[in-house]
Amino acid sequence: MCLAVPMKIETKDGSAGVVSYAGGRYDVRLDFVPDAKAGDYVIVHTGVAINKLDEDEALETLKLFEEIDEISD
Amino acid sequence: MSKTVTLAHGSGGQATRDFIAKTLLPRFGNPALDQLGDAAALELDGSRMLFTTDSFVIDPIEFPGGDIGKLAVCGTVNDIAVAGGKPLWLSCALIVEEGLDMALLERVLDSIACTAESAGVQVVCGDTKVVGHGSADRLFINTAGIGVPVDGYRPSAIRPGDKVVVNGTIGDHETAIFRVREGLGRDLDLCSDCAPLNSLVAEMLSAAPGVRIMRDPTRGGLGTVLNELIEGTGCSFTIDEEALPIREDVQGICDIVGFDPLYLANEGKVVAVVPSARADALLAAMRRHPHGEDAAIIGTAVADDRERVYLETGFGGSRIINVPAGMQLPRIC
Amino acid sequence: MKYQTEFRDRSAVRHLVERIRHTADGMDEVKLMEVCGSHTMAICRFGIRQLLPPNLTLLSGPGCPVCVTEGAYLDTAIAMARLPDVVIATFGDLMRVPGSSSSLEREKAAGATVDVVFSPLQAVDGAQKSPGKRVVFLGIGFETTIPGVALAIKEAATRGLTNFFVLCGHKVIPTPLAALATGATRINGFILPGHVSTIIGTRPYEFLASEHGIACAVAGFEPADILQATLMLLQQLRSGTPRVQNEYTRVVRPEGNPGALAAIDEVFEQTDVVWRGIGVIPDSGLMIRESFAAFDAKRRIACDVEPTIEKAGCICGEILQGLKTPRDCPLFGKACTPVNPIGACMVSSEGSCAANYKYMEAPGE
Repeated sequence: MCLAVPMKIETKDGSAGVVSYAGGRYDVRLDFVPDAKAGDYVIVHTGVAINKLDEDEALETLKLFEEIDEISD
Repeated sequence: MSKTVTLAHGSGGQATRDFIAKTLLPRFGNPALDQLGDAAALELDGSRMLFTTDSFVIDPIEFPGGDIGKLAVCGTVNDIAVAGGKPLWLSCALIVEEGLDMALLERVLDSIACTAESAGVQVVCGDTKVVGHGSADRLFINTAGIGVPVDGYRPSAIRPGDKVVVNGTIGDHETAIFRVREGLGRDLDLCSDCAPLNSLVAEMLSAAPGVRIMRDPTRGGLGTVLNELIEGTGCSFTIDEEALPIREDVQGICDIVGFDPLYLANEGKVVAVVPSARADALLAAMRRHPHGEDAAIIGTAVADDRERVYLETGFGGSRIINVPAGMQLPRIC
Repeated sequence: MKYQTEFRDRSAVRHLVERIRHTADGMDEVKLMEVCGSHTMAICRFGIRQLLPPNLTLLSGPGCPVCVTEGAYLDTAIAMARLPDVVIATFGDLMRVPGSSSSLEREKAAGATVDVVFSPLQAVDGAQKSPGKRVVFLGIGFETTIPGVALAIKEAATRGLTNFFVLCGHKVIPTPLAALATGATRINGFILPGHVSTIIGTRPYEFLASEHGIACAVAGFEPADILQATLMLLQQLRSGTPRVQNEYTRVVRPEGNPGALAAIDEVFEQTDVVWRGIGVIPDSGLMIRESFAAFDAKRRIACDVEPTIEKAGCICGEILQGLKTPRDCPLFGKACTPVNPIGACMVSSEGSCAANYKYMEAPGE
């Protein structure tokens, strides 16, 4: 379950926000990401942002994908 | 078989196919109908002609990129075109709900006239009925069309090695309609791709004689039509997911509500199967035409008795594209 | 950084597949279970099973909220749909799920007002625009969805609406995992649901590793995420150190989302509920608290619900627990197809059966 996509906050007005995704803009609720601001990315499910995306962690994860094991190639 | 008619029966997916096979064909079957082509190929005293019909029930009546009138002309013109015909004459029957705004009706009629002219066809007969308030959803239109086969073109069997080509981005029409109906998103530039394709098809057949077969992927989308094309051919299709032309904003809405663009209706698209030797020439001709600028070769036929449509992902994996059960619905899962 | 294409990178995927093969080499048969319908879908959509070595089996568990929604819930929704002043607002997922004798799709065809929505807040707006109607929103879904529904109920309260109700069918995830951990299938590792974990954090899963020795990894939904989580599980198993790892650190924090958890707790409380095909699992579901009783469809909307009939031959329950596969079901592909589904596993696009039917692995891979 949980069709959710990462969307970028364009404007925030209290708990109402406008986000952009793939060339479109959408209205979402930002009640559960109180410290997110314009420019941040949030994960949105059924019109509600459920968390903020952490860029540093994302970059760490991408590095993890590239790791080499001692036993492998 | 279900005891009542549901929307799934009209959605173009598996329920529609079952309805045709189990309810319609047993009652009406004859050689012309049994082909289940986009148009019936008929012969009278040595002259061949193509005959087709379609009904239009869309809501909203007017939408970005067109209206029900434009749709009514394009739908029938395109059915004849992809059957390899030059469309000539249309009938146009209206069922109007009492109380419909006359100015709106006139706009739709203007649209029919304008689209017919640009497609080079004439509306030669028609009918108008008005039903009481609540008995129809504003306006329903039926068009039937007659055309003559394009010289030298006859549909033929798909063979291993043949290429699959589509003239542009998929899913635009149904996404545009959905977006307007649901009021989803802001500043979205989505338009229906509704367009008459007869002049494009004429270019295609002239640049690449030997095109095996064509279809217009309307309800049920490209995925459904690809399945229809391989039935009885002894071939499967392998479709390259990365080659599918899809607009970013269409894919965006699909990601959000859970639609698969492969199953969304198009109103200005043609898919053609062509011998691989002609594929590049066909593609070039399509790209020179305004309705084919984003044309792409999307897949290949391979010998395979299972007769499936395989979608190859970019990762070396693949999955099967089936015919959907019914209309796609927004989902959370 | 767009947080999507980067995690679908082909060379990263190929590299991860290689590492999985190396790590799994020589291991006994490993059974991993994912418990999230979106993982089921992603695995099928990206063709991930074909990339994995033969000694690694990926099972689909009861992670599809539609599949585990009991027949009685559907029958209640259908009974409410038949009331003339009721508008049912539902996610599309429920439309075709069979109740005992009908479905919401069939009721709509018979004249009921059933609106598909993609956000519970849309249903609140709908209630405000139609004061003469009672709008009943069908609340299904796990913790990812529940905060939004809590928000909708609070919004309805703020707006002073008296015609908005929720028929609560929500279920919560960690509890059934305990049942699966001690169930008949020996599961070696769980691929844990990334978006549920966004809300609840990683701590609720710790008992799976510490008490049951099951390897755990919270995973995102892009191909590289799922493969990286699979690799983590194999590494845990290989080194004999089962624990809860988090692959989806860009979204999931160990403490989850406190604001969302608080909203859930304000509006709902835990209760025992029935999981379709499995039976009652204690404290595995939610009900609306007394303080928000005015919005509880169960308490406020009287209707006659027909007795629930279980369909003979349907083994959805065993499939949901990973005990059987869709192919083991006598009805799969014959009496039970996506057009005429008998069990919920075939309806939900994330259900094992529907996913298998639609996305069957390409033979020969």
